Amino acid sequence: MNRTVDVLVVGAGPAGLAAAARLAAAGAGRVEVLERERAAGGVPRHCGHPGFGADRRGRPLDGPAYARRAVRAALRAGAVVRTGVSATGWAGPLTLDVTAPTGLERIRAGAVVLATGTRERPRSARLVPGSRPAGVLTTGELQQTVRMFGPGDERVRERVGRRAVVVGGEPVARHAVRALRGAGVEVAAVVTELPRAAHGFGPVPVLTRTAVTELLGRGRLTGVAVRGRGGGTSVLRCDTVVFTGDWIPDHELARARGLAMAPDTRGPVTDGSYRTVEPGVFAAGNLLRGVEPARVAAAEGRAAADAVLDLLAGRHRPAEGVPVVTEGPLRWVTPGLLDAVAATVLVRPDRHLVRPLLTVTQGGVPLRRERLRGSLAPWRSVRLGPEWTRGMDPAGGPVVIGAEE
Amino acid sequence: MSVTRTGPLPTGREAEYDVVVVGAGVVGCAIARALARHPLRIALVEASSDVGDGTSKANTAILHTGFDAVPGTLEARLVREGHRLLGAFAGEAGIPVEPLGALLVAWDEQQLAALPRLAEKAVRNGHRTTRLLSADELPSREPHLGPGALAALAVPGESVICPWTTTLAYATQAVRSGVDLYLGCRVEKVRTGDPWHRLVTRRGVLRTRHLVNACGLHADAFDALLDRRDFTVTPRRGQLLVFDKFARDLVRHILLPVPGPLGKGVLVSPTVYGNVMLGPTAEDLDDKSATGTTAEGLAGLREQGGRIVPALLDEEVTAVYAGLRAATGQEDYRCAAHPGLRYVTVGGIRSTGLTASLALAEHVLGLLADCGLDPGPERPLAPIRMPNLGEAFPRPYRDAELIARDPEFGMVVCHCERVTRGEIRAAYASAIPPAGPDGLRRRTRARGGRCQGHFCGAEVRALSEEYGKGAR
Ligand SMILES: Cc1cc2nc3c(=O)[nH]c(=O)nc-3n(C[C@H](O)[C@H](O)[C@H](O)COP(=O)(O)OP(=O)(O)OC[C@H]3O[C@@H](n4cnc5c(N)ncnc54)[C@H](O)[C@@H]3O)c2cc1C
Repeated sequence: MNRTVDVLVVGAGPAGLAAAARLAAAGAGRVEVLERERAAGGVPRHCGHPGFGADRRGRPLDGPAYARRAVRAALRAGAVVRTGVSATGWAGPLTLDVTAPTGLERIRAGAVVLATGTRERPRSARLVPGSRPAGVLTTGELQQTVRMFGPGDERVRERVGRRAVVVGGEPVARHAVRALRGAGVEVAAVVTELPRAAHGFGPVPVLTRTAVTELLGRGRLTGVAVRGRGGGTSVLRCDTVVFTGDWIPDHELARARGLAMAPDTRGPVTDGSYRTVEPGVFAAGNLLRGVEPARVAAAEGRAAADAVLDLLAGRHRPAEGVPVVTEGPLRWVTPGLLDAVAATVLVRPDRHLVRPLLTVTQGGVPLRRERLRGSLAPWRSVRLGPEWTRGMDPAGGPVVIGAEE
Repeated sequence: MSVTRTGPLPTGREAEYDVVVVGAGVVGCAIARALARHPLRIALVEASSDVGDGTSKANTAILHTGFDAVPGTLEARLVREGHRLLGAFAGEAGIPVEPLGALLVAWDEQQLAALPRLAEKAVRNGHRTTRLLSADELPSREPHLGPGALAALAVPGESVICPWTTTLAYATQAVRSGVDLYLGCRVEKVRTGDPWHRLVTRRGVLRTRHLVNACGLHADAFDALLDRRDFTVTPRRGQLLVFDKFARDLVRHILLPVPGPLGKGVLVSPTVYGNVMLGPTAEDLDDKSATGTTAEGLAGLREQGGRIVPALLDEEVTAVYAGLRAATGQEDYRCAAHPGLRYVTVGGIRSTGLTASLALAEHVLGLLADCGLDPGPERPLAPIRMPNLGEAFPRPYRDAELIARDPEFGMVVCHCERVTRGEIRAAYASAIPPAGPDGLRRRTRARGGRCQGHFCGAEVRALSEEYGKGAR
């Protein structure tokens, strides 16, 4: 079946729903959100912990509550949110092939917003050697399993295991620990190669500068071998290991369309208005670079919506600008392009940086240098306001953001 | 016909067979299927809880032409015949095969010098279609090949195939044609006798007139149960890396290494699932259960693969695994009839057993005849059509008619591999339902993709439990 809509949003997480809500409210016409999961809301649906902002009365929201509000807002604004619907590929520019229980469709849109989110690299992608036993999860799978039954349900322990090791020291590892403990699973240790982990692991021992070198066990996991800071190896006994963090954008549709990908984030390159290099295709949220808080993704969704409205109003502009890249102990920056409209950029450090000196240069010419107060953690991005790139030449060479300690 | 995984084996007349085939790998399943063409009582007995759970599930999945076999060996003949037989059977049974052809790429003078000899060897093996390609011709044939390739030998006919569906198709056709399949049923003792051999398992005892050993890595140990000690199996480990589907466009042919004195080298090959595979290593071990991967093995693979197709290393890795080949210290299969024991050993089926499987089965029928088996007249096998797992053929999520008939085929559960709820349900309703998540992956690809269950793991598991309840 062939259909046409005004805007097609792929992914009903915070970014996609926020984009859809704003577009529908602004009268963009038929705004349709496709979500391949059975329920809309994205990752927050599985995050049974606070940290998703607050409701109007100031009460903290957990992930599911946040997700419900985001879905409601999109629906109220008049967006159509379809779940259990997978966008499987492109049939041409701005035209997606879709599989749903109701049949196949080919949907053409005036604009497409990709908001397909991110996933954690599983054990295989991390090249952790050893046997291939059951009991190896990512946080995503763990959280969904716990959500399926609710914490404390004996069936969770049946499926997840009795004693777990969590790999990764970022805040998401803390959420994994929390989900495991809430489900009655003992957590033997958190293992991280970082010299310092996020805090808040409670009584669980955190082994820093420690790498998982092998998974052991046939049929079921019996332990993980680790190499500690001294170089010595030992075995942590466990029947479950959860690999956390290490995000990779779920960029299948973006790549399938041949959009330019940023090598450091592995997400599609956009400009400050979330336009990709393909006219009419926008990208927002964690698809751009892995996990940021839901409110960051949602704000990007809204900003992308504004750019879509521009396009629908006939003010079409392709993604443009000069590339922005990082240098030194910085892992990535988004957006990848800076245009004349100075935008905010997000920068993520590679490791802990104490009072770093951030520098922005273009063609060797310094645009800004500033020593930040406090320290940066590798699991948090720094937001640099438009003043940071003021004065750059939109027709010049790449803008380079660097850091020194 | 019956398929069981647990519970006591039948007793009395029900436990008496004309032939029992031990080992339900690709070879044992092919043999059981060939026997099923005759009015015989046949059982297929397997230690693991699934068919194809040993070496058959973890190989490089190439349907070889046999161009480089040692001429005159049994292996050379059976690979050549097997290539033809399986190629034809695949079409009927719905086993995905892609005849991509192979390129043997020479990276140094020694390898370059070996190419004409390989071409001659191919001729002696009955393959006259190989062709030498100069360095200039390579970029257009294989645009992402690394720098420094000197020449290549093109081998048309080398194909990639789905090893999981192949084994399952044999077993399914055998079962549908009347073979009893006992899974989770290791044969621990054999009491030889006349007219019955008694096979002792934890689930009970089977009696059989004729016995076939298709135990793969454990063929020597099974021989020992009958006091035969003709050879020793040395497991030769092969570690493999499977790259993301986005790597598929980087490789057009099966890129084979040129065998040389410095070892075999690794191949880079597309898979029928739309990925690219790099491997295998070759390490002789003594532990037949050492299917783990090692840091050195994986690092070595990346280094070698990076020379063959440098862009490969920028792609994500989807899966990592290791398989064990059954080497016996002789460059040929070790198939033997022991007429006095009414016993046939099919041993030493190293790295070509998937290709040769159907020809091996025919060969074993002959060996069983040498042992006095009169199979009786032939009859047609039950027709089968396997669900397609291949990326080059229509998959249910793109099949409008199927979805219109049954909306569950429009419900994608495993997003990376686009596996639908309908396929998972069908796998559990099939003649040989999966025993667990690994078996389900081999029947549907569910949970086998880039996220390895991050998105779908919990749901796939819940569906397995729901649909698996009724399973035997
Ligand atoms: C463990 C954990 C803890 C967190 N804790 C917090 C916290 O305390 N506070 C906070 O603010 N944030 C938290 N976050 C981050 C927050 O969840 C994310 O920022 C947010 O979900 C990102 O939104 P997104 O829309 O970009 O991606 P997602 O939420 O991932 O949504 C993308 C959607 O796209 C769908 N999709 C993908 N491809 C297709 C396709 N082809 N067809 C149809 N649909 C498709 C997906 O199914 C998914 O629903 C946490 C994240 C995790 C993992």
